[in-house]
Amino acid sequence: MIRLENVTRVYGQGAKAVTALKDVNLEVAAGSITGVIGVSGAGKSTLIRCVNLLERPTRGRVFVAGQELTTMNKTELRKARHGIGMIFQHFNLLESRTVRGNIGLPLELIGTPRREIDQRIDELLELTGLNERASAYPAALSGGQKQRVAIARALASNPQALLCDEATSALDPQTTSAILALLRDINQRLGLTILLITHEMEVVRTICDQVALISGGALVETAPVGDFFTRPATEEGRVFLNDFLQLAPSNTLLQRMSDSSKDTGLPVVRLVFRGQALSSELMTHLEQHFGIRLRILQARVENIQGRTLGLMIAEFDGGRDTLGAAMDHLHTLDVQTEVLGHVQRHD
Amino acid sequence: MSSAMIDRILDAVIDTFYLVICSGLIGIALGIIMGVALYVTRENRIMAMPVLNRVISLIVNVGRSVPFIILMLALAPFTRWLVGSYIGTTAALVPLSIAAIPFVARLVEGALNEVPHGLIEAAESMGATPWQIITRVLLPEARGGLITAATITIIALIGYSAMAGAIGAGGLGAVAYNYGYSRYNPMVMLVTVLIMVIMVQGVQMLGDFFVHRSRHR
Repeated sequence: MIRLENVTRVYGQGAKAVTALKDVNLEVAAGSITGVIGVSGAGKSTLIRCVNLLERPTRGRVFVAGQELTTMNKTELRKARHGIGMIFQHFNLLESRTVRGNIGLPLELIGTPRREIDQRIDELLELTGLNERASAYPAALSGGQKQRVAIARALASNPQALLCDEATSALDPQTTSAILALLRDINQRLGLTILLITHEMEVVRTICDQVALISGGALVETAPVGDFFTRPATEEGRVFLNDFLQLAPSNTLLQRMSDSSKDTGLPVVRLVFRGQALSSELMTHLEQHFGIRLRILQARVENIQGRTLGLMIAEFDGGRDTLGAAMDHLHTLDVQTEVLGHVQRHD
Repeated sequence: MSSAMIDRILDAVIDTFYLVICSGLIGIALGIIMGVALYVTRENRIMAMPVLNRVISLIVNVGRSVPFIILMLALAPFTRWLVGSYIGTTAALVPLSIAAIPFVARLVEGALNEVPHGLIEAAESMGATPWQIITRVLLPEARGGLITAATITIIALIGYSAMAGAIGAGGLGAVAYNYGYSRYNPMVMLVTVLIMVIMVQGVQMLGDFFVHRSRHR
């Protein structure tokens, strides 16, 4: 549905030239939700603006719905844009128009008859749950309501694709969830293809099917979300994931570890489970075969696109000689282990 | 004050209204066009034409830097060509309108600059033409600023119209000068000044009222 081929965007010229995007290749399948994630300044905004040519790529080609946008003239491009909705971090609603007026704007631009516009506005108010606020002005709306209006407006001309530019970054966590649920709902009900950019892993995890990691203007990793969260392929991916999954030893634990010696203490291990949670069978197995009892100190379990990702910090009690074999066994079960330090036995 | 003088002052009030309203309408209409042109032709704007932009900007600056009293005299030949005479109330409309245009243009440009860039980007993403962006986004969103600009312009024109009395334009300025100053009638001076203060105050209040009504917040 959306395809970027070797898209490069350079700002300025000569010695002052800054490359915001480097040879970006990205394919967004029809009906899917793809999230481009990256830190501020990585080129996310430039990337999404290159899709509807709000920014013209310096090199490369952009296709949406089978049409190449990069070779179009202004009139053709405007027509193509009617088929691509866009929502923004700061909503960009017209303060001088009511909710109805804002939603109807894209249809006015293409000369839709008034009756049809009104009918379409009613449908969209229903879809986005804004019936009550139809005649309110944006200034009287909450952030979440404003973004709903923006979504309704973006959908007015029945686009095939929706671009979301940090659409939830200005919203609180609860409102974010509600907006993401709405986007997911629209995606499933209307089969709308969504490309979003965000700096929040939570957004990607909640609604995306595919994730593309952007760093320094280049896409370093593109993967299904389930794969990316359980097994990032690149170092950049791992850094991003670790930041999101923050399971760092607590200060108390760090203190205890620094007070203990390697020779007499019990190993403290960080375990990462992918695709399955720690089962009681595994705990029993470790105890029976290796004489090791796990004492769980910290743990966290995430469900990402139906796949489980578990993180745990545990003390391995007993079986000093069998520790290596136990670790090997865990590795065969695809459990990642990392010895963080040692602590004195609690008595 | 004699009843003849009262009639004279009433006539002057009507003349002042005529001068200010007519030149205000012409000046504001053309000034908005010029202000929009200044805005949209800037670099990176929706109809970027940097060379044209600099030309318009220069014209506006020249127009604004000539004192009105000089402008009025300098335009006399043009005025005569246009309306057949450079003396009289109607003749005074020409310099008044022309003085208002660059004044309004800068104010309009400033009002448009206040419209958040995101709105223009949103309109572009919907496939709006530059003309649609101007008429459906820029001007409606800048309405408050445009009303403020009109208010300031009308008030300035009330002042300018008094100067136009010097070329026989009639109006309160002429009465104040001819009867209040030259014939030393402090009562006439006081009354005319008071009327002008009331007019300015009234325009300002009206402007504030409309600005307030245009703000949906």
